[in-house]
Amino acid sequence: MSFVSVRDVHQRYGGRPILERVNIEVEEGTFVSIVGASGCGKSTFLRLILAQEVPVRGEISVAGAPPAKEPDRDRGVVFQRYSVFPHMTVRDNVVAAESFGASRTGWFFGAQLRAARERADAVLERIGLGHMGSSYPAALSGGMQQRLAIGQALTARPRILLLDEPFGALDPGTRLSMHDFLSDMRAEANMTVFMVTHDLSEGFKLGDRVLVFDKVRWDPQAPEAYGATITYDIDARNGGIPFQTPAQLPEETHASQP
Amino acid sequence: MRLLNRKPGRVLALLLLILPFLAVLAAYTVGSEIRRAENPRDKLLPAPAAIMETAERLVTEPDRRSGRILFWNDTLVSLERLFIGVGIAAAIGLVFGVLIGLLPWVRATFDGFVGVVSMVPPLAILPILFIVFGLGEVSKVALIVIGVAPFLVRDLSQRVREIPLEQIIKAQTLGASSMVIGLRVAVPQVMPRLVQAVRLSLGPAWLFLIAAEAIASDAGLGYRIFLVRRYLAMDVILTYVVWITFLAFMMDYLLRTLSRRAFPWFREGEA
Repeated sequence: MSFVSVRDVHQRYGGRPILERVNIEVEEGTFVSIVGASGCGKSTFLRLILAQEVPVRGEISVAGAPPAKEPDRDRGVVFQRYSVFPHMTVRDNVVAAESFGASRTGWFFGAQLRAARERADAVLERIGLGHMGSSYPAALSGGMQQRLAIGQALTARPRILLLDEPFGALDPGTRLSMHDFLSDMRAEANMTVFMVTHDLSEGFKLGDRVLVFDKVRWDPQAPEAYGATITYDIDARNGGIPFQTPAQLPEETHASQP
Repeated sequence: MRLLNRKPGRVLALLLLILPFLAVLAAYTVGSEIRRAENPRDKLLPAPAAIMETAERLVTEPDRRSGRILFWNDTLVSLERLFIGVGIAAAIGLVFGVLIGLLPWVRATFDGFVGVVSMVPPLAILPILFIVFGLGEVSKVALIVIGVAPFLVRDLSQRVREIPLEQIIKAQTLGASSMVIGLRVAVPQVMPRLVQAVRLSLGPAWLFLIAAEAIASDAGLGYRIFLVRRYLAMDVILTYVVWITFLAFMMDYLLRTLSRRAFPWFREGEA
């Protein structure tokens, strides 16, 4: 039984098919990049894993649990924008990752708050925002905001991390340093990650597996008649051969590996 | 250079700011002079000096019958009604606005209803309020609440719906319940919007207050204006109008300052 299991998932909006027959099994700790043209359902697929939407057919289960109906603490998420709370200081944004799920009102008080703030400061130190704790997110650069968003998401200790074009709004230099940052973070937590990106090289650089979404059936008279599915499932760590589960992978194919 | 690219300097800007006020004052003074040249006992446009005298008398001399200075008593009574009315309306606006904005079930139930209720002209139901609540304080406060609350509810629910969905989803992934999202994401983010909306609704609130006081009351700024109208006491009316304008302006100013201080993270659309 794999960690994330997507079985025969279909999704449609108002009768228009977006995704059809999506099947994939992902092991725990895998970094999955999702690429494809605009409007090919990448983000829809991510929303389905996030349980922000429920598929019209098929099911997605994480760690063998029954399919989720709404987002929960098992699924961390970072969007391209608006991922942090603008009305909270940088420190409180990290504290919120603990307090939102822990108390009825979402507030920590007294000793609990002080302890959480100390832990938050440690997190901020690690993500290079130690000096910005008392500022509001509006005072941060785009890259800093995304680092905060990732730090906040990881503080909640999700089982899978979902990234929807997290670096899409950043300039190329910042993007590169964010790649290193994300790799470091992931090395610490060994988390399962799904990342949607427009940038192919980014997908291959960061991902263990790269999923390509596209339409397999195409009707020129009705371009919207069919949905997209996974057309390529590439093993980015193994010379770009089609991905095979460890059981399928015979010993000899490793010979080509460096 | 294009007109729209020309900017006045700081001193000039200050002069320009004062100019319309001076112009109105000058126009009034001239008009007053002309009328009083024809009839020294003219009551319609009393001389500015006479108004100042009346104003001084109003704010210092106690009423012979009650022993209270009516001007301050009127101010106190009116402000109390206004604050209670606007306060209740703001509380209703915040609670229902957030609930309607956040919860589809509440929205499905109340969105249409509030939309219809907000179209009821408040002054048209003032007689009903007098009949139901009597001529006391309740009916006046109720008029302000009924006049202002629907606008606040609609505005606030709209503002809640404008909170990016990403934030609501993010909060859920951090384990937040509906209540936590309401208390920690929605309410704090619409608080500056609430202050903005209250500032906008102060105008209508004063209108409803003065209307209610004019019709049935025994104290209050609106009551006094409509009372002395019978004696053509323009000097009193003008003093009160200037005072009400000043009070309204100060409230707006204080709310704006409060918003800036209390919500330093809020910059967008600062007016």
